[in-house]
Amino acid sequence: MEKQYEKKYEVRGQALIYQMPKELDHHVAQQLCRELDMLVETFALKELELDFEKTEFMDSSGIGVIIGRSKTMQFRGGRISASHLSRRVGMIFQAAGLQRIVEVKED
Amino acid sequence: MERKNRLKNHAKVSFDARSMNEGFARMVVMGFMMDMNPTMDELQDVKTAVSEAVTNAIIHGYGVSDDFVCGETESSQEDEKTNHQVEMTCIQEGQKLTVIIKDQGVGINDVEEARQPFFTTMPEKERSGMGFAFMETFMDEVEVCSKVGVGTQVTMTKYIKAEGKEEECEQ
Repeated sequence: MEKQYEKKYEVRGQALIYQMPKELDHHVAQQLCRELDMLVETFALKELELDFEKTEFMDSSGIGVIIGRSKTMQFRGGRISASHLSRRVGMIFQAAGLQRIVEVKED
Repeated sequence: MERKNRLKNHAKVSFDARSMNEGFARMVVMGFMMDMNPTMDELQDVKTAVSEAVTNAIIHGYGVSDDFVCGETESSQEDEKTNHQVEMTCIQEGQKLTVIIKDQGVGINDVEEARQPFFTTMPEKERSGMGFAFMETFMDEVEVCSKVGVGTQVTMTKYIKAEGKEEECEQ
């Protein structure tokens, strides 16, 4: 199977900017959760920024990922944000009311 | 030139209940509806709804909760999974698209309850409980038939507005 996404992240101090996958569905969600948790733990992060620049597809599994990570960050006393939302991903955020728990960074 | 789309078309695919096939199902439905000249939004709406229904069939219907992790060796459960089939039927009648996702899994005890937004049977698994709500948001009609121990069938309909065509396409 072709590689679905390239893993890219950047750590700046206590902040992590993570490049979200092209297709964010249940299939990649499982692995993504583990990876994000591991990174947050390893680098003792206080800030998590999810960059959706490359994300073309997202379903409710993606919402589960974000809600879960938002709880993790809250528990650690940190924050979570989302950036570069496409119109489509923005619609999904709206439909689920995600903008109430995640800070959406405007371009 | 007569451009009224009265075409009837039908396609059926069956695949293993594995999360890697969610992307496959989306590609199939996307290819199928191309002839209907959908807008980008309509295409994405259907893809999202199909993704939700197939995910439900896999993780709830068949309880395949944790699929393989890349690089991990195939487990002995693999053989079992191949018996778990998700069936997707796509029907085109003019500009009306119907997608049926069927599984022979555990079934849903209370369909009304399951359709409620934020209802989830696995809160610990970080599921959002938005599956059916998304199907309803992105499709025109959603019908759920389920019987405990027999399986679940989700029938979703969407009227594609044939971009650039003015004709009435309803039958």
